[in-house]
Amino acid sequence: MAKFFAVTILVIAILSAIPIVRNTWHPVEDISTHGQAIDDQLSETMWEAGISFLASQILLAWLIWRFSSNRAGEKTKSFPGGAMGLVAAAFILVGVEVLALGIFGVKAWANLYFTPPGSDAMPVQVQAGQFAFYFRYPGPDGKFGPIHADKISEASQNFFGLDPDSDPDAKDDIVTAEMAIPVNREIRLLMHAKDVSHSFYVPALRIHQDFVPGLDLQIHFTATKIGRYEIVCSQLCGLGHYNMKAYLDVLSQQDFDDWLRKEAAMQ
Amino acid sequence: MHDMSAHAAAHHGPPTSFIRKHIFSLDHKVIGKQYYGLGLVAVIIGMVLSWLMRIHLGWTNAAIPGLHLLSKTGAPGDVMTPEFYLQLMTMHATFMVFFVLTVAPFAAFGNFFLPIHTGAEDMPFPHFNMMSFWTTFVAFCVMILSFFVGDGPTLGGWTQYAPLSAVGSVAGPGQGAGVVIWATSLAIFCLGQLFGALNFIPNVLDLRCKGMSLWRLPLPTWAWFITSCMGLTSFSVLMPACILLILDHVAGTSFFVASNLVINDQLQPHSGGSTLLWQHLFWFFGHPEVYIAIVPGMGIVSHVLICNMRKPMLSHRVLVYSMGALAVLSYMVYGHHMFVSGMNPFSSLLFSFPTLLITIPSTIIVLIWIGSLYGAKLRINSASLFALGFISMFITGGVSGFFLAQPSIQILLHATYFVVAHFHFTMAIAALFGIFAGTYFWFPKMWGRMMDETLGKVHFWCTFVGTYAIFMPFHYLGLAGNVRRYSSFPADYMQSFVGVHKFITIAALFTGAAQLIFFYNLIHSRFRGKPAPDNPWQATSLEWSIPSPPPHDNFGGRHVVVYHDPYQYGVESSTGDYVMQDSPEQVKTEHEEA
Amino acid sequence: MATTVHEPPKVEPRRAPGGPGNPGNGGLRNLVPNDDSLPAVRDYAPAPSRTGIWVVMAAITMTFAAFTSALVVRQGAALDWHHLTLPRVLYWNTLVLLASSVSLEISRRRVAVFMGGPRTLDLKPARWLYVTLFLGLAFVAGQYAAWLQLRSEGLFLATNPNSSFFYLLTALHALHVLGGLTGLTYVLRKLHGVILRRSTLDTFSYYWHFMGVLWVYLLLLLWMRL
Repeated sequence: MAKFFAVTILVIAILSAIPIVRNTWHPVEDISTHGQAIDDQLSETMWEAGISFLASQILLAWLIWRFSSNRAGEKTKSFPGGAMGLVAAAFILVGVEVLALGIFGVKAWANLYFTPPGSDAMPVQVQAGQFAFYFRYPGPDGKFGPIHADKISEASQNFFGLDPDSDPDAKDDIVTAEMAIPVNREIRLLMHAKDVSHSFYVPALRIHQDFVPGLDLQIHFTATKIGRYEIVCSQLCGLGHYNMKAYLDVLSQQDFDDWLRKEAAMQ
Repeated sequence: MHDMSAHAAAHHGPPTSFIRKHIFSLDHKVIGKQYYGLGLVAVIIGMVLSWLMRIHLGWTNAAIPGLHLLSKTGAPGDVMTPEFYLQLMTMHATFMVFFVLTVAPFAAFGNFFLPIHTGAEDMPFPHFNMMSFWTTFVAFCVMILSFFVGDGPTLGGWTQYAPLSAVGSVAGPGQGAGVVIWATSLAIFCLGQLFGALNFIPNVLDLRCKGMSLWRLPLPTWAWFITSCMGLTSFSVLMPACILLILDHVAGTSFFVASNLVINDQLQPHSGGSTLLWQHLFWFFGHPEVYIAIVPGMGIVSHVLICNMRKPMLSHRVLVYSMGALAVLSYMVYGHHMFVSGMNPFSSLLFSFPTLLITIPSTIIVLIWIGSLYGAKLRINSASLFALGFISMFITGGVSGFFLAQPSIQILLHATYFVVAHFHFTMAIAALFGIFAGTYFWFPKMWGRMMDETLGKVHFWCTFVGTYAIFMPFHYLGLAGNVRRYSSFPADYMQSFVGVHKFITIAALFTGAAQLIFFYNLIHSRFRGKPAPDNPWQATSLEWSIPSPPPHDNFGGRHVVVYHDPYQYGVESSTGDYVMQDSPEQVKTEHEEA
Repeated sequence: MATTVHEPPKVEPRRAPGGPGNPGNGGLRNLVPNDDSLPAVRDYAPAPSRTGIWVVMAAITMTFAAFTSALVVRQGAALDWHHLTLPRVLYWNTLVLLASSVSLEISRRRVAVFMGGPRTLDLKPARWLYVTLFLGLAFVAGQYAAWLQLRSEGLFLATNPNSSFFYLLTALHALHVLGGLTGLTYVLRKLHGVILRRSTLDTFSYYWHFMGVLWVYLLLLLWMRL
C-alpha cells in the first residue's frame, strides 16, 4: 500500500500542476500601466512555488516508496548531515527565496501606492453602497460638491446626497451607474463608502482596494486598452454582495467626451 | 527534582455517581473525551452546512428538500436565498474554526494525554478543567441558538467585519440578534479556553514526574504547551473585541461604526467609530488562532510518525524551537489579512516581511519530517497514512502562502478562491488529518478497543483523494478571479467557473459521504472493537505504559520515574526495537549514523 | 538523536512541611501544618497555583492591552473626543486600593507566623485579611460613586467615546477586583479551617497586587487620554 500511496501523491502533484503549466485558468488580461510588475511577480512566484511544490511532493513520495518495505534485520539510519543541514538549507534556500520575492515585490506595490497621481489625472468618484456602485464626475468646474449624508436617497435617486441649490460645486456634477474613462489617461479615483465595507476589484486593471466607511481613500491608475470590463465588490457587504458589480468602459477620448456629455444631459 | 505529581494539587478519588463519572467529571480523560464528542458533533454540523453551500454554488436555483426547516425565511420553496447562503457560510466557518479545530486536536487530545505525558495524575485544577469543557459547551449551545432566533444567524462571515457587523439588523438579516449571539458565544468560548490554558501550562511547568525534564516531553505535549500560550494571549484579545461589538449593538456606543453612514436611506445614529479597529483586533487574534489550529496537529503527526517509522525525528529540539518560532512570529504577521484594507500601504509592506519569513520555520518542520523518513522502517496503517497525508497537505497549503504573503500579488488574489484554497488546505484538511491520525493512533488507549484497520484505510483513501479533488481547483478559480463569499456568480467573466464548481460539489458530497465510514468505525469499534492491549503499537511514550483505557489516576498509584527521552526507537532492548520511557533498562543504540 | 540513557536525577530528600525548626523553602516558612493526616495538604515547590495565577495575569494583561489599543485607535479615528474630568473620588479609591495591598502584605507575615508556630489567639492573623477585604469592597463602592458622579454630569455609556471607555475600563477592572475578593473569601475560609497552603495565599497576593498595579495603569491611561 505504501508504494501505491507514493504513486498517488505523484499523480496528484502532476495532475495539479497541469492546469498551471497549460495556463488553463489565469487572471484576465492586464490593461493597466502598473500591472506588468504584478504579473511578473506572479509569474516569478508561480515558478518558485511550483518547483517547491513538485520537488517536495516527489521527495515525499520517493521516501515513502523507498523506506516502507518491511526490511527485517535492516537497521534504521539517519539522514546524512542530520538536522542541522536541513535547517541551514531551509534558512538559506527558503530565506533567500522569500526575501527576494519580498524585495522585488516592493516595486510592484510602490508603483501603485507610493507614487502620487499626476497633476492632470482625471478625478472620478466612486461610492459603494449596498448593493451598487455609483460614480460621479466633477463636471466643467472640476470640483465635487459636498456629500450630505442626510440627503442621500435611493428613492429619489440622489445617490450622493447632493444639494445643488446650496452648493454651487454640485450643480454640474454628473452621477452615473456605469464608469467610463478615456484610454491612456490617468484616473484619480476617490473612494467613498456609503454604509458598510465594500471593495473595488477590477481584475483587468490590477486594482483591488477596500472602501473604508469613515475614511475616504484615493487610488490612481491608467487603462491602456479600449473595452468593457467589470468592477466587482469583493468585501462581504450583505446579502447582495454576489450581485454588486458595475461596468467599466474604457473609451477613446472622443467617445468618452460624447458619453459624458450625454450623461450630463440626463442629470 | 521532587516527585511533584504524586499528589495533584486537588487530589480527588475515583468518582462513584453517574453524574460525577460521566457528566460533571473532574477527570481529565473524561473531559478530553467530552471535548472530542463536542468536536465530533460540531464537525458534522460544519460538514452538513458545507454540503448545502456547495449544492447551492453548483446549482443555484435547486430546491433542496427540507431546507425550509432550517430557516423561517431563508429557503422559500426549499430554494436557498443569497442571505441564507451567507448565514450558512458564516456558521460553517465559525463551527469549524472554533468548535472543531480548536477543540479536537488541542482540548480533546490535549486534555486526555498531556497529564499522562508529563507523568501526572491529573491536571492541576480539575474543577477549572471541568468548567473549561462546560463553558465551551455553553458557548456551543449559544451559537446553535442563533439558528432559532429572529431572522437567523449572522451573515457577516466568521470575520464579522464592521460596520456590517456593528450597525444592527438594518444591514441585513441576522445582523441584529444574530451578531450579538455570535459575539456572546465567542466571548464565553474565550473564557473556556482560558480555563484550559490555566491547566495545561502549570501541568507542563510544575507537575512533571521524576526524571521528566522539559526536553523529555513528547512532541504533542510541547505542541499543546505552545498552543496554550498562544491561546492565552490571543483569545484574551478576541474577548474584548466581542465585548466592544456587543456594546455597539446593545448600548449605542460607536467603537466600530463611523459617522454619516446611510443604510436604506436612513442616516445611522452612530458616529466616530473606526472600521479598521475591528480588523486589527480580530486579526491580532485571528492569525495566532490558525496556528492554534495547526500546531497540535504538527505535534500529533510527529508523534504518530516517529512510532511508525521506528526511529526518532532528526532533531527533537529543532522541531520544538520551530513550533515556538511559528507561535512567536504568528503575532507579527496578522496584517497580511489587511493588505488592501485601507490601512497605511507602508504597513502592508511591513507585515509582508515577517509573513514571508514565517515560511522558514514551517519549511524546517517539513524538512525535518521528510529528512526523518530517510532511513526509516515505515509502517503503513490508518494512523501513519493520515500523518503522511498531513505532510502532503501542509506542503500544498504552505506553498499557496508564498503568493498570499506578497501585497502586490494580493491585488489579484485577495478575497478570491485562492485564499479559500490556502486556508482549507492548511486548516480544513491538514489539521483534520492531524485529528484523524490522533484518533486512529490513540483510540485504543482512550476506549480500550481497536478500530477497524480496513475501514480506516478505506476512509483514508477516499478522504485523501477526495479533499485534493475538492480543494485543488479552488486555486485555479482564484487565479482566474473568482471572488469568494458569493452565493452565485452573475458577473460576466465568472460564467465559465460554474462548471468547475459543479465538479467540486460532486467531489465534496462524495468525500463527505466517505466520512460516514469514519463515524461508523468510531461507534462500532467503541462497543464492538477488539479489546486493546496496553501497547498495541510498540510505542515508547508514557501513555503506552498504562492500561487501555487508563485507570482513574492514570498510573495506578505508581510514582512514575522516567529514564529516557520519549522516542527511544531503533534500539536493541528486551522488548524489541524500542524501550519505554519509564523503563530503567539501559540500552545500546542500534540506530546507524548514515 | 536521543540515544543515551540518563541516570535518574538525584532525588533530594523530601522536605517536610514547615513547622518549628523546619524552615521550608526560600526562607518564608511553609504555612502548612505538620500534620499529614489532613487530606491533600502536601505542599511542594513550585506550586502549580503560582504558575496558574501568572497565566491568569497574562490573560488579563492582554485583555486590557487590547482595550488600550482600541482606545488609542478610536481617539485617532474621529474628532469627537470630548475630554472629561476624572471624578475626584478615583484618586481616593487609588489610595484605598494601594492600602489594601499594604494590609495584605501585613497579613501575610502574620499568617506565616500563625501557621508555622504555636497558635496563640492574640496573633489574630485573619484581622488584616479582613482589612484587605473591607478596603477592596470600599474600592468597588468608590468606583460606583465615581459612576454616579459621571451620571450626574450627564455622561453615560454611549454619550461619547470618552465616557464609553471610562465606564468600560473601570467596570471591567472592578469586576476583576470582585473576582479577587471572591478568592479572598476562599483564603479566609481555608485559614479558619487551619488548612491554608502557603501557595494559596501567595497566589491570591500576586493577583491582588496585580489589581493594584493594573488600576494605577488604568488611572494613568484615563488621566492622559480621557
